[in-house]
Amino acid sequence: MSPHLLEVDDLAVHYRARRSVVRAVDAVSFTVGEGETVAIVGESGSGKSTTAYALLGLLPRSAAPARGRIVFAGRDLVGLPERRWRELRGREIALIPQDPGTSLNPVQRIGAQVAEALLLSGEAGEGAGRDAVRARTLELLADAGLPEPELRARQYPSQLSGGMRQRALIAIAIAARPRLIVADEPTSALDVTVQRRILDHIGGLIRASGTSMLLITHDLGVAAERADRILVMRSGSIVEQGAPEEVLANPRDPYTRTLIEAAPSLSGAPRPRRAGPAVIPGGAPGDPFAETSPDLAARTGQDRADPAPGGPDEPVVRVEGLVKEFRLPRSSGAPGTVRAVDGVSFAIPRGRTYGLVGESGSGKSTTARLILRLAEPTEGRVLLGGEDVTRTRGAAQRLLRRRMQIVHQNPFASLDPRRTIEQTVTDPLASFGLGSRAQRRRRAAELVDLVALPASVLRRRPAELSGGQRQRVAIARALVLNPELVVCDEPVSALDVSVQAQILDLLAALQAELGVSYLFISHDLAVVRHIADEVGVLHRGRLVESGPTEEIFARARHAYTRELLDAIPGRR
Amino acid sequence: MARYLLGRVLQGAFVLWAAYTLSFAVLFALPSDPAAIVAGTSNSVTPEQLDALRHELGIDRPLTEQYLTKLGGALHGDLGRSTQSGEAVSSVIGGAVPPTLAVTGAGFVLAVALGTGLAVLATVTGHGRLGRALLSLPPLGVAIPSFVVGLLLLQWFSFTWNLFPAIGEGGWRGIVLPAVTIAVQPAALIAQVLAKSMGDELGKDYVDVARAKGAGPFRVNVRHVLRNAALPALTLTGLLVGGLLTGAIVVEAVFSRQGLGQITQGAVSAEDLPVVQGMVLLGALVFVTVNIGVDLLYQVLDPRLAVERRTGRRSALFAFAGRG
Repeated sequence: MSPHLLEVDDLAVHYRARRSVVRAVDAVSFTVGEGETVAIVGESGSGKSTTAYALLGLLPRSAAPARGRIVFAGRDLVGLPERRWRELRGREIALIPQDPGTSLNPVQRIGAQVAEALLLSGEAGEGAGRDAVRARTLELLADAGLPEPELRARQYPSQLSGGMRQRALIAIAIAARPRLIVADEPTSALDVTVQRRILDHIGGLIRASGTSMLLITHDLGVAAERADRILVMRSGSIVEQGAPEEVLANPRDPYTRTLIEAAPSLSGAPRPRRAGPAVIPGGAPGDPFAETSPDLAARTGQDRADPAPGGPDEPVVRVEGLVKEFRLPRSSGAPGTVRAVDGVSFAIPRGRTYGLVGESGSGKSTTARLILRLAEPTEGRVLLGGEDVTRTRGAAQRLLRRRMQIVHQNPFASLDPRRTIEQTVTDPLASFGLGSRAQRRRRAAELVDLVALPASVLRRRPAELSGGQRQRVAIARALVLNPELVVCDEPVSALDVSVQAQILDLLAALQAELGVSYLFISHDLAVVRHIADEVGVLHRGRLVESGPTEEIFARARHAYTRELLDAIPGRR
Repeated sequence: MARYLLGRVLQGAFVLWAAYTLSFAVLFALPSDPAAIVAGTSNSVTPEQLDALRHELGIDRPLTEQYLTKLGGALHGDLGRSTQSGEAVSSVIGGAVPPTLAVTGAGFVLAVALGTGLAVLATVTGHGRLGRALLSLPPLGVAIPSFVVGLLLLQWFSFTWNLFPAIGEGGWRGIVLPAVTIAVQPAALIAQVLAKSMGDELGKDYVDVARAKGAGPFRVNVRHVLRNAALPALTLTGLLVGGLLTGAIVVEAVFSRQGLGQITQGAVSAEDLPVVQGMVLLGALVFVTVNIGVDLLYQVLDPRLAVERRTGRRSALFAFAGRG
């Protein structure tokens, strides 16, 4: 009998692609001891998730059967027939999946989904009555840290927040008291504050029960804080392993070093930023083809004598006392309205970045929509270059779109899958009828070059690009009109940490070059620190704290800001 | 729930009214003279007799008055009289409902059972040869016109093997072939949509979680995947029920059966406008009823809809759907 609970030896998993074989996992060997937590760190495509799913015998159809040895509790699992696998899954090895939004059956009650895990594993006991299963289900939900388990058991997944759903999935994973839990990026779809609470909770549970855990993550900060041992994976192989302090303090592999540098939570102060002169390469704001750089408003006949009333120091955007109320349905018995945004005021100077931080539901995105004039504020004013645009309508409002653009969170959803990259990037020009076809093509090539993509992507479609490349395309699209303000709504939270760092660097470089201003929205203070000149912390619709970034980091006054700071992995 | 249902019923009533009014307008615009049809083509009818007949039929009065009188009658279940037989339209149609209902009802049950069975079987057998062979059946079923299916069935099962009667009622045995004929196309469509939808659902994360709990293929496919996959197929099924009425016309012609299809065909060729209008109304009624039924089923099958309705948080639902 091996001293380890799990011993993976020379594991290989290959995917059959068209005419080629992708070696997703190649000669991977590691062990997980009884009660030990081991983290596998790597970026997308490194093979870490494939390794995790191989341990559960849940590889996708396109994968060839795993080779090598997976010895679990003295028994080799490679080549095990499906029937034997089913006896192991849930009972011996359980899964905490990546995305709580899609990992629960949307048409089944939470209680039924937890009870199913009990019934399938036989954990409920032979012939256990409904009441016994029910009682145990509620117990599990409570153990997973769900408040009001009786209510939650009756609810459907869509009625729960992301954090609560992940807790329900944890209840499912621990239902049959497994000996090994495979947690595949269990918190990367969640806010940092929720992430910390969930990870703390999982840690407590497995320590109490002596369960081993294999934690899959792209965030070296999370791994360092939670694991007994770290394995760094790249292109299907383990390039480095050791205790967290060892790996962090003394990385032997160059790839580990880049991961450490990329993790926003691990590198303390922001990187030095290139502050070049603001050179706008031709054209005017809102029209890249304007020849003598005439004022956009003048060109379109809008009455605006002074291009920047209030002088050159006038901020690009100033919001004053923004309020947005949403009406609630009358029947709910609650007060008639909810204030999503409650008296928010700030200003973004030209060529600067304002970071808006808060968790889901704090009103960040609503604030952005108010500024972009995609939603009507209940109260307050939005000033663009000193001009009040709060009440613009029709054509004037449409012209604002040329001066303000947005980069969305999810580059997988924000690009039209049927359009080529060139069509996507030139689309804003086409919708305003700017430039000739040839001019637009040149402009698209220019922008693609500016965001450091090869010219060959112009003819491709989004499905052929990686997440990071797609986000670069989204940035190119946002910049094609020469806007004065770009709203970046969680632009990196769907990306791997190493890719995050590249996108943040790109945004900073573009700002230095073009003099564009950013409103940067994020739930993660660590990310904001790298890009923002000033930070505002939004909590339940109110701006609870605002000031220069480093001052917030050094002297956070509000309790909520301090909670956000504590949530950054590796800061305690 | 009661308020929601009331709303749907009111909507349905509006659709019925619109169908009635539209058919009234279209049939009025047709260049045909009901009085001449009633009187027949004999030359012995004098213009005075025709005028008297027009007065009796009420078609010499102003259009709005005619419309309001007829609408009032329709509200009380009086749809006028057939110009062919002089019988009340409601009893002409009412008498033809049972035989058609028997065929279409059996056809519908068969279509759902066959379609679902095929989709589940094809999904469970997966990517093997059997699964691929099963999945090639639906396009074939959609492609063959139903009268061809009917003729082939007649040829084999009635004339060659003598298993089922070729013509007429003949109890349940007479229903089998028409029901199969009418079921082929809807079954194929249901199988196509459901198999595609199950394939999509199988790729979702919750399926991995179910398998990680130790669930076997039957449980995964039937308990988890089928119910989620049923939602798009349900919409299609609702639409198909309306199509069954049209299918009945073909099937009743091929198998020489009594029923609504045959009456519709006869009424159209004889320009029996009250009966045609009665059929339009019946068709609308079936559509409205089925759609309300489908909507109610949706509420049962998809809890997200019920939640949305209770809280009115449509935007929240879409936000969730977008993220998923």
